[in-house]
Amino acid sequence: MEQLSKKTIVSLRDIFIRFDGEVILNHINLDIHEKEFVTILGPSGCGKTTTLRIIGGFVEPESGDVMFDGKRINGTPPNKRNVNTVFQKYSLFPHLNVFDNVAFGLKLKKIPKAEIKEKVTRMLATVDLKGYEKRSVAKLSGGQQQRVAIARALVCDPEIILLDEPLGALDLKLRKSMQLELKEIQQKTQKTFIYVTHDQEEALTMSDRVIVMNNGVIEQIGTPEDIYNEPVNAFVADFIGEANILNGTMIDDCRIKILGKELECVDKGFGKNTPVDVVIRPEDIEITSPADGQFTGIVQKSTFKGVHYEMSVMCDKCEILIHSTKTAEIGSKIGMRVIPFNIQIMNKLLPFYNNILEVQVKYSDEQENYFQFDLEDESITVKDRYYEQGTNLKITLPPDALSLAGDGVGDLKDLYIESVVYKGEHNEIILESDERKWLMLSDTDEQVATYVPLSFDFSKADFEVINPKREG
Amino acid sequence: MKSRKPSIPYIIWMVVFTMIPIIMIGFTAFTDKQGNFSLNAFTKAFFYTNVFVKSLWIALISTAICLLLAYPLAFLITRMKHSSQNTVIMLLMIPMWMNFLLRIYAWVTLLQKNGPIDMALSMLGIHGSYIGNSAAVVLGMVYEYLPFMVLPIYTVMSKIDNGLIEAAQDLGSNNFAVFKKVIAPLSLPGIISGITMVFVPSASTFLVAQYLGGTDDIMIGDVIDKIFWTDQNTGAAISLILMVLIFVFLVIMNLFGDEEAIA
Repeated sequence: MEQLSKKTIVSLRDIFIRFDGEVILNHINLDIHEKEFVTILGPSGCGKTTTLRIIGGFVEPESGDVMFDGKRINGTPPNKRNVNTVFQKYSLFPHLNVFDNVAFGLKLKKIPKAEIKEKVTRMLATVDLKGYEKRSVAKLSGGQQQRVAIARALVCDPEIILLDEPLGALDLKLRKSMQLELKEIQQKTQKTFIYVTHDQEEALTMSDRVIVMNNGVIEQIGTPEDIYNEPVNAFVADFIGEANILNGTMIDDCRIKILGKELECVDKGFGKNTPVDVVIRPEDIEITSPADGQFTGIVQKSTFKGVHYEMSVMCDKCEILIHSTKTAEIGSKIGMRVIPFNIQIMNKLLPFYNNILEVQVKYSDEQENYFQFDLEDESITVKDRYYEQGTNLKITLPPDALSLAGDGVGDLKDLYIESVVYKGEHNEIILESDERKWLMLSDTDEQVATYVPLSFDFSKADFEVINPKREG
Repeated sequence: MKSRKPSIPYIIWMVVFTMIPIIMIGFTAFTDKQGNFSLNAFTKAFFYTNVFVKSLWIALISTAICLLLAYPLAFLITRMKHSSQNTVIMLLMIPMWMNFLLRIYAWVTLLQKNGPIDMALSMLGIHGSYIGNSAAVVLGMVYEYLPFMVLPIYTVMSKIDNGLIEAAQDLGSNNFAVFKKVIAPLSLPGIISGITMVFVPSASTFLVAQYLGGTDDIMIGDVIDKIFWTDQNTGAAISLILMVLIFVFLVIMNLFGDEEAIA
């Protein structure tokens, strides 16, 4: 509730934008408070950078309002916004030295030379680059260039600093120390930092609040603890930290069935016998003797990670990941327990499991025993089945009847991979075509935000003739 | 390990076709017809001081006009869609596929007495002569060499990272400041190579002035062209002086460029 009392400095209202007909941001709403460090987190292609560029003024939304301090500022060019950006590739001016790069914004403000010099010198000291004034920026290391870029933005004294994956190009060690440094700079300067990253650890480390985005929508906004402990759906749970995400059925309030076992939980309000996604963090699973466990499984792998062991346990056909200070021998049978509080229940990402199509037979051939129908401007052939031309059909395709095809083949082309969630047995992949979403199972890891062709295996499908409505 | 072997053919090429000819020109310039050492050719070359001055002056003006035309054009091209950029560059290049002389003849036809331009302007009541003067020579030069100015500037400008422009805007630059503080200094190398590529050939060109200029508009290239038939020594001396002058010009250009880039 503390958040509510804070002053909102930026707010995005119903922002919608498309590039080349493709929806990048789908009606997003967002409030950012004064002096907070907020991170926009998501996989590449989720729209996080576009969100930042809209705040910076580099991109105009097709519809929706961008508000600064309660004033609508759509159409205001970047140079008139009280915002400065630290760009992904730093974008330092190669023809200027360190001092002149940092002084760039101040010189434009027609500040007296002595004052510029004082401010730049002070800012360079803040970012630990004292004495680098005369160096050429091309000769600096990645970390140093990064700090020049931060100094250049901070010295202008804007209300808001935008940072677009500024640590992406740095090596792990430098990145870690820069994370802490950035957080420190933010606390010291008391500015609003809006930080964009695809690195969940970075987001958890630095942020007061995290905004998780995927496919042009905001999935969840919350403190790092909220996002980690109470993910709203399988996407967020999967994206933040490590998680066991399982298919479950909500039997009733506080009763959940997972892996064939009925357990007590603390969530309510999902209705009766509702399919849900369940997340259990690997560190929340306690290892017991097989007799004491809620579940039993065979240890497949155990790797020592310093603080804990990382174990993979096969529970029937489902793989469970456990982080524990205890370990068990590979091949041995163990029991596992989870307390109700640590079972997090979430609505399914899709409201359906089987993919259902309602189509009309466009062409059929009894001799050759096949028929064709049109789907999203593609003609699709079903072999070894015959229905009369014009028949209305309901085709039920279970997720395992779908597979990703190679380039140039496939029944449907260019489906967008919206999410890939490992459910212990298979990856559950959500695909988006022009008119609908699809659920498929796959054992290979696919890259989200890419485009793939899709094939159907109609031998696994179920066909049902819908009684044709009489016309006229 | 760097191997020098691949560079051997180029070294041979440069020795045979660059070094030896320069030495031969130098030798010819400092000797007389009999092959004895003589400064006679240089004495004769100084008869043409006026032509030198005029040639360099016309080259300088042509280069300046080329720059004034090419710079905004290159800038506008970089602002276009990628496909349009290629089209415009193509259109700029197409006249160069046509023979050099033909293009000059075309201008003669356009500019001559009772030619299309003269006729059109006469109808508007403007009478004048558009050929046989220095302006026509400059026009011809600009027409010939404009693409050589546009291309290097365009190449350098199109490589300026859009992120730098956004960074400048982000830091408070309006369009003018973006241009002045980022685009102009970063496109300087293109300007320098453009100037070099236009000035050098236009200073030593021939035929343009013969066809488009008047009797006074003789260029040093034309002098070399004529004189070599009768007096190779003087021709070589003039060539050598021209080379030195161009070299001095380029050195000055580069000094200027470096200072600008650093400032």
